Amino acid sequence: MSLELDISLVEVAASLVLVALAVALSFVRRVELERDLGIAVVRSFVQLTAVGYVIQAIFDSDSLWLVALLLAVMVGFGAFTARGRARGVPGALPVLFVALAGAAVVTLGLVLALQIFEPTPRYLVPVGGMVIGNAMTAAAVSLNRLGDEMRGQAPEIEATLALGATARQAAAGLVRRSLRSGLIPLVDSTKTTGVVFFPGTMVGMLVAGADPLDAVRLQLILLWTLLGSVALSAVVATTLGYRRFFTESHQLRELPSEG
Amino acid sequence: MGVSAARGGRTVLRDVDLVIELGSTALLGPSGAGKSTLLRLLNRLAEPESGMVRFRGEDVRKLDVLDLRRQACLVPQLPALLAASVTDNVRHGPRLAGRRPDVARFLELAGLARSYAGRDARRLSVGEQQRVMLARALALEPRVLLLDEPTSALDEDTSAGIERTLWDLQERLEVSTVMVTHDRGLAARLSTRVVQVRDGRVHTAGAPVS
Repeated sequence: MSLELDISLVEVAASLVLVALAVALSFVRRVELERDLGIAVVRSFVQLTAVGYVIQAIFDSDSLWLVALLLAVMVGFGAFTARGRARGVPGALPVLFVALAGAAVVTLGLVLALQIFEPTPRYLVPVGGMVIGNAMTAAAVSLNRLGDEMRGQAPEIEATLALGATARQAAAGLVRRSLRSGLIPLVDSTKTTGVVFFPGTMVGMLVAGADPLDAVRLQLILLWTLLGSVALSAVVATTLGYRRFFTESHQLRELPSEG
Repeated sequence: MGVSAARGGRTVLRDVDLVIELGSTALLGPSGAGKSTLLRLLNRLAEPESGMVRFRGEDVRKLDVLDLRRQACLVPQLPALLAASVTDNVRHGPRLAGRRPDVARFLELAGLARSYAGRDARRLSVGEQQRVMLARALALEPRVLLLDEPTSALDEDTSAGIERTLWDLQERLEVSTVMVTHDRGLAARLSTRVVQVRDGRVHTAGAPVS
């Protein structure tokens, strides 16, 4: 699969016209997102350019250690970012860290063991990035819901504990709901893929001149891989996350006010 | 013995020494006095900052906490039922312990007709829900019922009905009760022993005031 594609900065700059359109619409309709749009454009340019050089360097070095380091950095950033949404869960950071790292290691391990991809930076870096990114979103959404549910349902949970239920039994229903809410976005988008929207990898390959059926096959592999990794990440996050609300003696901890 | 406890970062019980005997005891006091915390220490839903809580002579920390909560079962102040039928709610506690209760009997003890069994528990009135809460606690066949303000959320008539049911229970079952209330009259009518709790301290312990 070797594709030739040459994109100049002029073409990249030309696409800013559409950003200008968004800024103009924001201004006219007083959405007040002009500043955020500007920040988004600058950040995406700086971050993607930087990571482009990093990936180039990793490809050139052909070192799996550097791949592992890059993915570890992504897991760290991902956990920090997701914590912002999981503030309702006490001590969410280590939980997110384990969830993201676990999802990345197991998913990439399986993908390599099944010989779907070769163990080279060219595959591991982009696939690992997608896996970690999607795992982050799923874990963040699950823990966000878990925090809300634990606060909203505290009287019911304590009433169940009072009947001699373990923490696990008392939290089972809301852990299940939190898990579902983390998984549903990807499950839904996988259901509608190809009909309502074209996923990024496929678009990229088609634009780069690949055979459409090759593009579809790679896209399928990625989507299905992501389903597995997202499920893993959300399960680990909720399984470790709910325990943060209880003591060893099956008591509901007093929750600090959210923030 | 010498129990202190905090809630929300505030000390609510200070160095409390109290022996609760078999029979019916009321913990009487104004809201915020630490009564509910005292109740939650008894079934170990809360942990004291210092001191020791004993149940039947044993340090509660040495008991199986799940078993303790089945023997000293709490009925919270507000109904907190599962979104399921009344029967499922009554079965819930015993099922966790691997038992199958006689639902009709416990509904009857809690003052509910058999016809309630299949109804959606969360669609009942607050008073009826409180009775389902009582039935599901009774279904565990506890030695002690811990009642947290059992009538405070109810109107006068409903409250009087629940009071009658609690009175009947004490007559019919060999179950001790520890009831938290701010209602002096209720404490006197339902309890043989009234303990006053004020500002986190136990003030007097003795026979009912009336």
